[in-house]
Amino acid sequence: MTYLPKPKVHHPDLPRNALGLTRRDYEGSLSTLCAGCGHDSVTAALILAFFELDIPPHRVAKLSGIGCSSKTPTYFLREAHGFNGVHGRMPALATGVSAARRDLWLVGISGDGDSLSIGLGQFCHAIRRRVRMVYILENNGVYGLTKGQFSASADIGSKSKKGEPNQQAPIDPVLLALSLGATFVARGFSGDKEQLVPILKAAFRHHGFAFVDVISPCVTFNDHEGSTKSYQYTRDHYKPVVHADFVPTHQEIVAHSEEGGVLDIRLHDGSVLRLRRTERDYDPTSRDAAYAYVRRHQDQGEVVTGILYIDSSPSEMHALSGTVETPLAQIPYEQLCPGGAALDQLMDSFR
Amino acid sequence: MPPTDVLNPSYYHRVVDCQWACPAHTNVPEYIRLIAQGRYSDAYLLNRESNVFPGILGRTCDRPCEPACRRTRVDGKPVAICRLKRVAADLRDDIRPRLPRAPSQKNGRRIACVGCGPASLTVANDLLPLGYEVVIYEKLSQPGGLMRTNIPAFRLPVEVLDEEINYILDMGVDLRLGTPVESMKWLLQQGYDAIFVGSGAPKGKDLNLPGRYDSDKVYIGIEWLEAVHFGHVERIEERVLIIGVGNTAMDCCRTARRLGGRDVKVMARRTRPYFKASPWELEDAEEEGVQIVENHAPSRFVVEHGRLTGMEFEVLQWYEEGGRQKSRTVDKVIVPCDAVILAIGQDNAFPWIERDIGIQFNEWDMPIVDRQTMQCSLPGVFFGGDAAWGPENIIWAVAHGHQAAISIHNHCQGIPLTQRPPQRMTLTSTKMGFHEWSYSNAYSPAQRAKMIHVDLSERFQRLNIEVETGFTPEQTASEVERCLNCDVQTHFTAPLCIECDACIDICPVDCLTLTTDGPEEQLRLRLTVPARNLKQPLYVSSPLKQTGRVMVKDEDLCLHCGLCAERCPTAAWDMRKFNLLIPYAGHE
Ligand SMILES: Cc1cc2nc3c(=O)[nH]c(=O)nc-3n(C[C@H](O)[C@H](O)[C@H](O)COP(=O)(O)OP(=O)(O)OC[C@H]3O[C@@H](n4cnc5c(N)ncnc54)[C@H](O)[C@@H]3O)c2cc1C
Ligand SMILES: Cc1ncc(C[n+]2csc(CCOP(=O)(O)OP(=O)(O)O)c2C)c(N)n1
Ligand code: SF4
Ligand code: SF4
Ligand code: SF4
Ligand SMILES: [Mg+2]
Repeated sequence: MTYLPKPKVHHPDLPRNALGLTRRDYEGSLSTLCAGCGHDSVTAALILAFFELDIPPHRVAKLSGIGCSSKTPTYFLREAHGFNGVHGRMPALATGVSAARRDLWLVGISGDGDSLSIGLGQFCHAIRRRVRMVYILENNGVYGLTKGQFSASADIGSKSKKGEPNQQAPIDPVLLALSLGATFVARGFSGDKEQLVPILKAAFRHHGFAFVDVISPCVTFNDHEGSTKSYQYTRDHYKPVVHADFVPTHQEIVAHSEEGGVLDIRLHDGSVLRLRRTERDYDPTSRDAAYAYVRRHQDQGEVVTGILYIDSSPSEMHALSGTVETPLAQIPYEQLCPGGAALDQLMDSFR
Repeated sequence: MPPTDVLNPSYYHRVVDCQWACPAHTNVPEYIRLIAQGRYSDAYLLNRESNVFPGILGRTCDRPCEPACRRTRVDGKPVAICRLKRVAADLRDDIRPRLPRAPSQKNGRRIACVGCGPASLTVANDLLPLGYEVVIYEKLSQPGGLMRTNIPAFRLPVEVLDEEINYILDMGVDLRLGTPVESMKWLLQQGYDAIFVGSGAPKGKDLNLPGRYDSDKVYIGIEWLEAVHFGHVERIEERVLIIGVGNTAMDCCRTARRLGGRDVKVMARRTRPYFKASPWELEDAEEEGVQIVENHAPSRFVVEHGRLTGMEFEVLQWYEEGGRQKSRTVDKVIVPCDAVILAIGQDNAFPWIERDIGIQFNEWDMPIVDRQTMQCSLPGVFFGGDAAWGPENIIWAVAHGHQAAISIHNHCQGIPLTQRPPQRMTLTSTKMGFHEWSYSNAYSPAQRAKMIHVDLSERFQRLNIEVETGFTPEQTASEVERCLNCDVQTHFTAPLCIECDACIDICPVDCLTLTTDGPEEQLRLRLTVPARNLKQPLYVSSPLKQTGRVMVKDEDLCLHCGLCAERCPTAAWDMRKFNLLIPYAGHE
């Protein structure tokens, strides 16, 4: 944490995006997290992703629960909408915002405690409901904010700062999301923005529920020797399988050979997601294959990262419920709630 | 790239742009911090150590430090380094008790200096405290050289000059005024242990065009200014043309405005970006109603019936050919005038140095002087200031003086001149606590303070009314905070880094990158923001332990805000104050 605000000056050569903004225009207020916290790097990656996607900051809604991770929406996009809710309830908020304002970009930030302990039920149902959002789980294996108790993502045998090993089996949010039918599942690492930023950009382009688990070390309570969520451990067991390059709609798609492990996926809006696989036969479009692969490598102690599964024509909440295109919040009240007589009429039709 | 060797003092020195650019390597950020703390005397003495004449230079320095100042690259305008120096000088207490003193016990060595300008005075300043006897021969009746005779009093008050020159003279210089050295041969026979030639470049260039000698209203700039200084000239005609657009031209035109010149024009051959005068000098002249005329090359003095009535010029048009500027004449005009001042440069002249005594001269009739030792081809004879390589400025004369003093000391001790005392450094952490640093690390967005000038009507009343009033306390308080403290270095300890990216994410000006190593040209393009300013170095770490990548810092725009160090969980980055220990004569 610093007491000095980051000065407003920036490098004169800083690139500007289609909106004429620099990356600095996507920042938020000063972070109060510990110096070196992985969550701050995820924030930096999000800033880059929003900037590179030319997303207007005021068209974004940031939602979160409780935890160090859940504090981070304050640290990016100071012009965006935001709601910092109660512990584990971010998915409920997101569902509501999505229902009322389907025209906004939604980003939910959560932690392993927030999503896998108190909020596990909420997390599962947001996936089932297919809320169109980017759901980021900043995963550090501990409850950082409450001083480092093991969370539900801690591996068996991973040691606490005082040296005690964790004995309970972990919940792997990637496997959970896959099994519950999430249409975009990825894992990144806060210490590798080269991989993380393209993942986030792809997630924002996904027309459905996009889940991104980010290994994000807690530098204060879980970065010691014996921890399986430290910077060093993650780097030693890091296995990127699918890199993403995002090709925007207006750019010509250059032909490629399957040889290099390249796979193009056409997205909902006509743009193309170009995946480069480090393992030739990894198939990120097969849920079963992805599940099996991640399981297998987890047993070998490897942290598999990349865009692990993607459904290129996903369905999402509004399509499922047949809602109108206009955001509900923008429909005149009389129309949205036509009154007692209309209700009676409706009820009658069910008799 | 090989890891940067930051233990070599020149690496961090180069990061302190102003100090690196200053010929005398004045410790600018440190004196600015002292001013900020109200320690004006300390700031003055720190200045004096390297530049000897803070009060004079705080008004007149050519300030090579300012164009170099990092702040220019950050917000367009450098810190007002020079005028802050004046603040320290103006507000200092009586510092005489703290000045170096000459010992009563002399070391038995006698040194002669020719000329009493800033170069010789610096030599005396450095050698007297070591017990040398220093004799200065000066042709004129007053000490100070061009600082006194040519820099007008409205830029440099005579009291300021006297005070700082006297600090040196009072140490016991044997000053012989009105005593020109007319023969080097003679001087060599006087039994001095070493001789320093600081006689300047005393000859103003002439312009031999038709009509030059048909009128007595054509003056040579530096001679005319000297005559004004000594009161031999008190008026000038109404319409005056100044030929040339260097520093001398600026002083001539402004002096002419004070002596009755109403229509004063500075005639330049070239366009503004190529002028020798600094932008601020041009501004000051124009403020006083001087007209600056570009692209006019003089071709003839127009003298009618023995009276100068004007000057003929070729009007030039400049264009580029093969990367060089060329001109063609597009017109001829006569500009009417009553007097002309030639300010087209100075020449050296050594009529008093015999050419058969072992002092070699080159094809331009300049003595051959060694750039490092300041010695000419005759051992024991040293040159410095404008006498060495032609006209420069005061701060260069001072820098030469320091080096010559080291050489003279070596010479007298029988130590080879090339065996110079080394530069050293200290590097001290400024960390005081979790978020506390021993310097003001917050970035101030303040704009450069603008010097207040005396009203036009008032300033023309007398020749010696100082135009610049100095900064107000409020201006000083704001200006000191603009300094980025470039001497507080971002110092990296590679084995501590866990590659968390915190420093990279926080850096407001994107100086930092973690990347795979490579050749410099490639590395420069691969950084968070490409490092295109090749004048600024990259700081490259040794390979890091987790990924083998390197930490690269582009020094170019670093605000020295310390945010990287505050964000670093392991203190791999630390903010350390670099202090360059500059050797002077007598240092080991
Ligand atoms: C009009 C003008 C304005 C200037 N303004 C500035 C300015 O604003 N800032 C700046 O930094 N620089 C300025 N300069 C340049 C600066 O004054 C000189 O570069 C500097 O004074 C050189 O110092 P010096 O010690 O080498 O010689 P000088 O200052 O030239 O001193 C040489 C001395 O040697 C004496 N001398 C010469 N021959 C002999 C002899 N044979 N025997 C005895 N004595 C002799 C001379 O009388 C003179 O006093 C200006 C120069 C001019 C002409
Ligand atoms: C209802 C409720 N129960 C418990 C808490 C205490 N609490 C605050 S943060 C937190 C865990 C946060 O862990 P995680 O989501 O992993 O965030 P991190 O700090 O690790 O980023 C807990 C249990 C709370 N704030 N509210
Ligand atoms: S306690 Fe851990 S998770 Fe929380 S800010 Fe500090 S390092 Fe980050
Ligand atoms: S001190 Fe550090 S954070 Fe500040 S500008 Fe320099 S490198 Fe960047
Ligand atoms: S903040 Fe410190 S530990 Fe983290 S990358 Fe920078 S130097 Fe390394
Ligand atoms: Mg956590």
